[in-house]
Amino acid sequence: MTNTWQDIKNANVVLVMGGNAAEAHPCGFKWVIEAKIENKAKLVVVDPRFTRTASVADVYAPIRPGTDIAFLSGVMRYLLENDSLQHDYVRSYTNASFIVRDGFAFEDGLFTGYDAEKHSYDKSSWDYELDEHGFAKTDDSWQNPRCVINLLRQHVDRYTPEMVSRICGTPKDKYLEICALIASTSKPNKALTSLFALGWTQHSVGAQNVRSMAMVQLLLGNIGVAGGGMNALRGHSNIQGLTDVGLLSSAMPGYMSLPKDSEVTFDKYMESRQFKPLRPNQTSYWQNYRKFFVSFQKAIYGSAAAVENNWAYDWLPKLDVPDYDILRAFEMMDNGQMNGYICQGFNPMQAFPDRGKIRRSLAKLKYLVVMDPLDTETANFWQDYGPQNPSDPSGTQTEVFQLPTTCFAEESGSLVNSARWLQWHWKAVNPPGEAKSDIFIMTGLYRRLKALYAKEGGAFPDPLLNLTWDYTNPDEPDPSELAKEMNGRALQEVKDPTGAVLLRAGQQLDGFAQLRDDGTTLSGCWIFSGCYTEKGNQMARRDASDPRNAGIAPNWAFAWPANRRILYNRASADLNGKAWNPEKPVIEWNGSRWVGVDVPDYGPTVNPQDSVGPFIMNAEGTARLFARAALAEGPFPEHYEPFESPSENLLHPKVRSNPAARVFAKDRDAMGVAADFPYVGTTYRLTEHFHYWTKHSLINAILQPQEFIEIGEALAREKNIEQGGWVKVSSKRGEVICKAFVTKRIKPMMVDNKPTHVIGCPIHWGFTGLAHKGYGANTLTPFVGDANTNTPEFKAFLLNIERVRQPSAADLAQGPRNARGSERNRS
Amino acid sequence: MDLSRRGFIKLTGAGLAASTMGALGFGLAGAALAASVRPFKLSAATETRNTCTYCSVACGILIYSQGDRAKNVHASVLHIEGDPDHPVNRGTLCPKGAGLLDIVRAPGRLTMPKYRAAGSREFKQVSWDFALDRIAQLMKQDRDANFIARNAAGTAVNRWTSTGMLAASASSTETSYVTWKVARSLGMVVFDNQARV
Repeated sequence: MTNTWQDIKNANVVLVMGGNAAEAHPCGFKWVIEAKIENKAKLVVVDPRFTRTASVADVYAPIRPGTDIAFLSGVMRYLLENDSLQHDYVRSYTNASFIVRDGFAFEDGLFTGYDAEKHSYDKSSWDYELDEHGFAKTDDSWQNPRCVINLLRQHVDRYTPEMVSRICGTPKDKYLEICALIASTSKPNKALTSLFALGWTQHSVGAQNVRSMAMVQLLLGNIGVAGGGMNALRGHSNIQGLTDVGLLSSAMPGYMSLPKDSEVTFDKYMESRQFKPLRPNQTSYWQNYRKFFVSFQKAIYGSAAAVENNWAYDWLPKLDVPDYDILRAFEMMDNGQMNGYICQGFNPMQAFPDRGKIRRSLAKLKYLVVMDPLDTETANFWQDYGPQNPSDPSGTQTEVFQLPTTCFAEESGSLVNSARWLQWHWKAVNPPGEAKSDIFIMTGLYRRLKALYAKEGGAFPDPLLNLTWDYTNPDEPDPSELAKEMNGRALQEVKDPTGAVLLRAGQQLDGFAQLRDDGTTLSGCWIFSGCYTEKGNQMARRDASDPRNAGIAPNWAFAWPANRRILYNRASADLNGKAWNPEKPVIEWNGSRWVGVDVPDYGPTVNPQDSVGPFIMNAEGTARLFARAALAEGPFPEHYEPFESPSENLLHPKVRSNPAARVFAKDRDAMGVAADFPYVGTTYRLTEHFHYWTKHSLINAILQPQEFIEIGEALAREKNIEQGGWVKVSSKRGEVICKAFVTKRIKPMMVDNKPTHVIGCPIHWGFTGLAHKGYGANTLTPFVGDANTNTPEFKAFLLNIERVRQPSAADLAQGPRNARGSERNRS
Repeated sequence: MDLSRRGFIKLTGAGLAASTMGALGFGLAGAALAASVRPFKLSAATETRNTCTYCSVACGILIYSQGDRAKNVHASVLHIEGDPDHPVNRGTLCPKGAGLLDIVRAPGRLTMPKYRAAGSREFKQVSWDFALDRIAQLMKQDRDANFIARNAAGTAVNRWTSTGMLAASASSTETSYVTWKVARSLGMVVFDNQARV
């Protein structure tokens, strides 16, 4: 989230599209209701299903799964056509006036530079024209036809209301009503907030879905302001934190990235990360990358990281592919290229697409380690649970370790919420039995491996042998000590050029501005710096006071970066530093500095006259309507059909789906076609369940006890399916036999004049836990991901459905088929 | 006053005693007793501030546990409710958060390390030392056999692709930092968390 949960109350229009906050984030959604009641806000919901969020909306419109870019590109066309832009914002705070290089073009569904064999682009033409100083050329008058704004106008021109309606199945009148409501927030003192979640990310065009909305928000001047922003309502309690700390294949803490094979030296690595400003006077804050990097290497390798060995640059693994993401991992496993896999609080058997492939792949491992508080399907993948998990134990050679871990009530530490707040929590009780913390287990493995390498030697042990581990309890480091290490401290006395002491040796840093690239400071995660200072644990702060009732609560816990609650908040003020919305100022220029309810996302004393852009992380100083080479499939979003779709691509039939997506050959063969699987499937969550955990929780297992799919009345009539009757739902990859819930919430949509039915598949079931035994919706889903992130396309795929008889008692019985009495630990 | 039947009976008995005491000059005892009855369940419990383990709204919660953290007391969670001081949830919880007690005490909670040998039809309980020793051996065997120190061009790449890891997105940030340090110092690149899906 750019903003906070409470800040939603400041919005004039709330758009929930790509999510269902009322059911998935109920206690955050109360701030939408607050906006409606206190701020007379209008709630707009666009969703394939009439959700509980839709039930309290002012306007609801249905949309076919996987067509959001067409809808939002149409919105951009509407804004440009009707001149509903916040002109001063667009002109000064975005790259609308930047001139794009000759040679860049878009034709028949492809941008310049496509290589059909590699399914990827040569992106060299996706850039600005530069002047002799290396600065981007601009035309503030927007007369140059190569200005970003003019290219955008041309690009979205094809998305007429008629075309949007044909592609999305959204009725034209509803669509135009929504366009008008969105456009109403182009006034400088009006804001729209975008609340989204997996409904946008779980597509082969997921990143571009989000980007499309960000562009809409920029045209409206809604980024950085109170009640505005792009607000990703994230899933797990610390999914933000794990992303921040870089637990993703190519990531490092604080959004730094691991080197690639081509970056053979540290200097070469730094070359592409120097972020030289692209316009005069710009901050381009990533210019400090070297400070963050060196301080990080000092945190993890201590004195072994020195200027002589380029701060142990070569000790970091380098990547020969963009990412070893989960789809690539299971493809490698299926091909026999992996031997071991460790699942820490993660249940891939249910959570990943194409369960058949996941089960088959796990069985090819030599060893599988599962660390979890609960008995998961992954730990039991080798057992024969009947049709829900048809495995052959004696034929499965994988050694499996099931390690019991603590849950939230049994450990202390911080969690980062959607709004980037690091909140400390405290241990209440000891874990059950012999369960241990993940910190104990990771430490146990580290210390054993270190001892083995020290004794026996082996493949390149240096990073392992030199890893810093100076914790009071080396067997289970205290979370406070780890938090202090992430915050960072001075390793020796740090002086300014006059010799005055800035930091004494060992002093905890106040923030990342104190980091150095000479090895005198360390920080395990620079963006968290300020979370645990000399003043103590800032994440444990519990002062809920909220000046002017702004929805900021600046002294509650700690928000990264620098306790800033609204990102890009410089953009909440005009060129002279006055708030666009005088009733809800965030920060303003008082003649000598920036002041307000939030920490400025800007130099605190930078004069507005100095033309320093508000988007300080970008080399341009502006936000980007044209993304240059940042994304895989183009600098502008384009509508591509899901990989399994009932429809042709009406805009360019020859390029139907994302041309830059990576699809492995076997998975391409496992894609179905509409002739065999005529209905659109989409997966989602229920308000009573959290993923695959709460089927272990008695109250939740009672509330939603059994696997089902949701279909509209028209499809039920057509297929002779009764309310509560048994059905078989199938994709090319597998089938699920479960109950049907016939509902008015899903109605057929007219897509290019053809009725299109949607089948909703809640995800929560499996073969362990207290709820009835089920398959899990990912039995059905396709093994393809977004071209940038490889987040799987769980939200749009093809299904068939038929009525079946009730399964046999043996197929419905709980427990494994090879169970012999007490071998399963159930009480 | 909101009284349960049991509380009422207790209060009635105490009231009799109190009125006698009132006659002896302890006039406020009755009111004090009445005030003490309502919170009897949680008054002896320890309150701990925590965060809901499910979604990223990160609702503040109060965990009430039996016992006072004395050395010989085995604490157990009695009750969990929303934290009224928390600026986002203001005391509310959703159908998932309201059931937190049942996930802490779920019958599916694991209590002992278990091991399933290749081809076996069952899990066996094992010690932590057995499990961690064996895993460390397997990791080292695989790493030593498949670690890529240099690529074909001779560049130091120091990566290990034949063992991978998925990290837990409901664990603490501090856990994730330890996990990063250990996984990457081994050269692990097949490494993701729930943000990928």
